[in-house]
Amino acid sequence: MGPDGQLTTSLPIPAHPRLGIRVAYRLQRVLRPRPGLRRLSARIEASALGRPLFTGVERQAKETLFGCRMCGQCALPATGYVCPMGCPKELRNGPCGGVGADGGCEVYPDKRCVWVEAYERAASQGRAADLRLLHRPADHRRWGESSWLNYWQGRDEGLWTTVAGDTGDEGPARHHDRVRESS
Amino acid sequence: MSLRERLAAGGFAVTAEISPPRGAAIGPVTETAALLRDWVDAVNVTDNQGSNVRLASWAGSLAALAAGLEPVMQMTCRDRNRIALQSDLLGASALGIRNVLVMTGDHPKFGDHPEAKPVFDLDSVQLLWTLRHMRDQGALLSGRPLNPPPDCFLGAVENPFAPPAGFRAERLGKKVDAGAQFVQTQFVFDVTVFARWMAQVRDLGLPERCAILAGVGAVRSRRGLDFIRDKVPGVEVPDDVYRRLRAVPADQTAAEGARLAAETVQQLTQIEGVAGVHLLVAGNEQAVPGILDGAGVRADRDGR
Repeated sequence: MGPDGQLTTSLPIPAHPRLGIRVAYRLQRVLRPRPGLRRLSARIEASALGRPLFTGVERQAKETLFGCRMCGQCALPATGYVCPMGCPKELRNGPCGGVGADGGCEVYPDKRCVWVEAYERAASQGRAADLRLLHRPADHRRWGESSWLNYWQGRDEGLWTTVAGDTGDEGPARHHDRVRESS
Repeated sequence: MSLRERLAAGGFAVTAEISPPRGAAIGPVTETAALLRDWVDAVNVTDNQGSNVRLASWAGSLAALAAGLEPVMQMTCRDRNRIALQSDLLGASALGIRNVLVMTGDHPKFGDHPEAKPVFDLDSVQLLWTLRHMRDQGALLSGRPLNPPPDCFLGAVENPFAPPAGFRAERLGKKVDAGAQFVQTQFVFDVTVFARWMAQVRDLGLPERCAILAGVGAVRSRRGLDFIRDKVPGVEVPDDVYRRLRAVPADQTAAEGARLAAETVQQLTQIEGVAGVHLLVAGNEQAVPGILDGAGVRADRDGR
């Protein structure tokens, strides 16, 4: 169960996004974090009724559009708006080596590999470089949370990075501020 | 000379693969290691390959080490979470296993326990990054310090032949960014496609940062050929290769497969940026000397 009382245990199955990539990137620009959205999301989060309601609406919308499974730490902006949590291996740095010659998923050959689709969609808009970003390990305490609220509150910053090069000393974890918060 | 040293010295490296037994005995690993010892720089010990339960990779690696052959311990993300994976690296390093090959792993669906819970807590890029962080920063993912940190030489895998073709070299780039020091590729049956991928790999400057070992398989039987073509995820056997191996009488498939492997190795040595080959010959280890002799790469090997 997530914090808002909804099941978060659906199986990862590749989903084809129903939102066109151009519209998705346009929405990304409109909805990026800013003071107004930050204040609004803080108020929603503080509300005993507003938060589960908002989370429920987000779940419905993202499930329909992207096959979202509510991992609570949305990678869509960096994956051509194809959900990587629909990958049966839940790869956040895919694709794996088992993709079929036709671009089919190793586990569900009749479905297209989400990472093949992510690459094609991002590349079609000049955003192929997004796929080179390194995604940090998921924080599994966040399943079921609203990732929009997390995003606007700035808690999603650093979900992915470019700075892990050979000499980079930045570690892969980012959630330890949360550990300290809660301990 | 260790695998790390040979690659650092710019020598042509050869690795092979051991599949540990399904049983509680180490003998088969020791015997295979003895057979391969004089021919290869190091040997991969697979981690429940194809999602089929076998003797543990760390145990097989220890046995190879004891038999005088340097192991490459394979580590998949399929069966263990980040706690177990970090713990395994500490154990391996403490016991002298230096080379670690990180991969996502096949899905449990393909193995002998398809009902198992797939873990995939980390993916291969994240695991490489974690292990490098443990070694270089001396700390766990949690930030807790390690005393002492592990010593390891980190490997990755890549499939140059799987879609999306435009991204496969970049994906290796991600693994190199995360910490990969060497990479072993999926079976190379189509040298032309491999050479095209290598050109992209060179354009990204990856051979200077990561040693590239090309995977070469030796087909042993018609059944094995069909298995590789139909059952190994992400592997394509080109029609001309398939026809060539089917054209000889069934009892000569192994000889023809070894000849083809030797020719492939020979062609790969001509490609700029290829640092060695990884012979995918598990269960067919006796073919190794013939392949290396046929390819003429033994002459490069010092003192052996």
